[in-house]
Amino acid sequence: MSAVYRLDRREFLGGLFSAGALVLAAPMALEGAVPAFMPTVYLGLEPDGTVVIVAHRSEMGTGIRTSLPMVAADELGADWKRVRIEQALGDEKYGSQNTDGSCSIRDFYDALREAGATARMMLERAAAAQWQVPLNECSAVDHEIVHRSSGKKAGFGTLVAAAAKQPVPAKADLKLKPASEFKYIGKGVPMADQVDIVRGKGTFGYDAKMPGMLYASIERPPVVGGSVKSFDGTAAKAVKGVKDAVVLPTFQKPYGYKQLGGVAVLADNTWAAMEGRKKLQVEWVGGENESFDSDAFRKKMSETVRSPQKAARNKGDVDKAFASAAKTHEAEYYTPLLSHAPMEPPAAVAEFKDGKVTAWAATQNPQAVQEAVSEALGIPKTDVFCHVTLLGGGFGRKSKPDYVVEAALLSKQVGRPVKVSWTRQDDIKFDYYHACASVYMKAGLNAQGRPEAWLQRVAAPSLMNLYQKDTMVLSPLELGLGFIDVPFDIANLRVENGPAAAHVRIGWLRSVNNIQHAFAIHSFVDELAHLAGRDTVDYAMDLIGPARRVDFSGQGFEHANYGQKEDKFPLDTGRLRRVIEVAAEKSGWSRNKSAPGHAWGFAAHRSFLCYVATVVEVKVDKDGKLTIPTVHYAIDPGQVIHPDRVISQFQGAAVFATSGALLGEITATGGKVKQANFNNYPVARMNEAPQQVHVHIVPSNEPPGGVGEPGVPTIAPALANAIFAATGKRIRELPLKKTRLV
Amino acid sequence: MVQLSVNGVARKYDGDPEMPLLWYLRDLLELAGTKYGCGAGLCGACTVHVNGQPVRSCITAMKDTAGKKITTIEGLSPDGKHPLQLAWQELNVMQCGYCQSGQIMQAAGLLKEKPKPTDADIDAYMTGNICRCGTYQRIRSAIKKAAGVKA
Repeated sequence: MSAVYRLDRREFLGGLFSAGALVLAAPMALEGAVPAFMPTVYLGLEPDGTVVIVAHRSEMGTGIRTSLPMVAADELGADWKRVRIEQALGDEKYGSQNTDGSCSIRDFYDALREAGATARMMLERAAAAQWQVPLNECSAVDHEIVHRSSGKKAGFGTLVAAAAKQPVPAKADLKLKPASEFKYIGKGVPMADQVDIVRGKGTFGYDAKMPGMLYASIERPPVVGGSVKSFDGTAAKAVKGVKDAVVLPTFQKPYGYKQLGGVAVLADNTWAAMEGRKKLQVEWVGGENESFDSDAFRKKMSETVRSPQKAARNKGDVDKAFASAAKTHEAEYYTPLLSHAPMEPPAAVAEFKDGKVTAWAATQNPQAVQEAVSEALGIPKTDVFCHVTLLGGGFGRKSKPDYVVEAALLSKQVGRPVKVSWTRQDDIKFDYYHACASVYMKAGLNAQGRPEAWLQRVAAPSLMNLYQKDTMVLSPLELGLGFIDVPFDIANLRVENGPAAAHVRIGWLRSVNNIQHAFAIHSFVDELAHLAGRDTVDYAMDLIGPARRVDFSGQGFEHANYGQKEDKFPLDTGRLRRVIEVAAEKSGWSRNKSAPGHAWGFAAHRSFLCYVATVVEVKVDKDGKLTIPTVHYAIDPGQVIHPDRVISQFQGAAVFATSGALLGEITATGGKVKQANFNNYPVARMNEAPQQVHVHIVPSNEPPGGVGEPGVPTIAPALANAIFAATGKRIRELPLKKTRLV
Repeated sequence: MVQLSVNGVARKYDGDPEMPLLWYLRDLLELAGTKYGCGAGLCGACTVHVNGQPVRSCITAMKDTAGKKITTIEGLSPDGKHPLQLAWQELNVMQCGYCQSGQIMQAAGLLKEKPKPTDADIDAYMTGNICRCGTYQRIRSAIKKAAGVKA
């Protein structure tokens, strides 16, 4: 992915620069003039010196469309004001474009630095040759190459033609700047799109248009996997503006990113399509998920975790240690299905023409669009051209491009471009839900209340059902999300996983299974601390044990470690201890005395290679009304590229996680999801969200870990622990709203 | 036939009188800054001003806009430099940005009613506007900054 190569002119015009309206005119302006210079897939220069940097990851609010280009600009020595960001189409030449897993910086920081260094070295060589001075006396400063001793200067633009004739340096020859010379990295620049956005000019998926397009609204089978038995579209077609009503094909499992089927009403505006859809008469075939009932399913998962299941990790002799324990404590936790509910529901426009598909989509993964559309239409994926708009939130939902497949299939059927805009009801009823889960915890304690034996058992439907039908157990990847990798210093420890089926589409949601795992583990730690009569922070430190690199070898599993090797990203309890110390200090943990109605709760968790400790303050009034005055995060994500966007990710994660912990729950009967909009699937509003979220970044020279997701997992347990301290009510079931606090 | 004014431009509409203002703005006038979020007046993403008052355009039928002056995010200020738009940029409020047109239009309504709002005023007035990215804390700060109220 970080290979550098020369792009020939045809590729240059046909690939990147045909991407946006802004540059459609540029190739013409370049015809016969100075050849444009594009030494890497990520970065090039226009003859006027404008630096063009490719944003190949999707912008859904993390700031990545700014931060990664900023890295390349800094390494190049560019002036940020003279940088133009171009969004990439889906193309595997960029490496992975799947913007999830909190890994954009981790996976592409080096690549973007190398891109900047490549162009810089070619500009430096061009200048050195022109001035006939040694290369090592030339450097790039503020969009110019400078010869230090003579003071000669040449703007990037004047060197573009000569630089393009220089050989592209090999990766091994690239000289990267020392950190002391960084101008933007570690400091930050304003978000690229914010001026447009505050003026209502940003283009999101919902805003994308193609000439001659029809607007579609789709009535999907109410039960996932169901299909259309028959339909009458007469009344729908009588609605003014409605052009057609057509059936979408039914998919075959696994769920993948396939269309759900149903009947689409196509019209010349969104409202007409929605009105026509209301008039459809459809008879459905229910399908195999018709018997799904979320309450019954929960009971079944509870029974599963109450009985022995297959061990996924085994350390020491847990059974023997339980037998000799002074006492035992057990608890069972439940977390429900959740919906992503990004503010912008899924939307895309696509045109099938001459055997090829062109789409504009709010997608986290344009390469998945290429694959899914290619599979659905039976065309090569290189004939799928996916432009990426701004995303009105993603949270994992928009990594799964079923809505783009719908638009492409419909365009093929009706012979015109088709815009598919999901309503909020569609979004909540037909999501790829965050998995519900039951977690059973048991500890065998010594006389001081410290665990000698530790058992964790989980049952949850697996998201792997997207790729392999009827998967019943969790994958190593899911178990690796803060469960099997529990870092506690306990001699005898076992982790078990029991079966659960997926009767709705399960998909990843911000921080994924860490949500249920962290809620259970860190609530249980707090329970044990109270049982032992100890301070919960001290107790957690004791369980974590001394600063060390946790060794998981010989315990029957591979440490998934978010796809990273342990030598580069070990699970370092020293870093975990450090964030706990900082969170305790900054929040005033030892000063704050929890009392009835006003208390503090704590949780610390590593996810996505980032260490996070969180202290949540709650107030519960005499009517049981909960407010959250403050949240303190201490975080060690490794090297920080854009501090303000890191802070904003954690501020946002506190709110997102509060929504889930306090309010979020998807339920179903007869296979049909009951919730449909923000009235019955509420999310935190300004008056319910944490009022002040303080983010304390612990300085670190470790390589960058994730920041988009790690703020989520600690909130639910820290909140529940705070509520226990304030009310004496131990909450083992989310959402919290189901428990009366007085 | 409905006659109305949108961002100072006189308009005539003779389509379905039940069509919500939101879709008229977005699909017919191509003013896409006003966003769809829920279609039921629950989230505030579609907030515009009707005769100076913030309303939810997703539940405002075209037949009810006759003779009204509509202002959208595109028309909030002639140069895009309303104090709220500037404060939003200074404090880097937005994350994904999708809800922010509605947030700014709602906040503009607040400042008309209460030029120097307290935290409690802000929370009460802004509660109908959802931000799923969780930018509430900075929205609150930006409103105070635009109003010249101490943070």
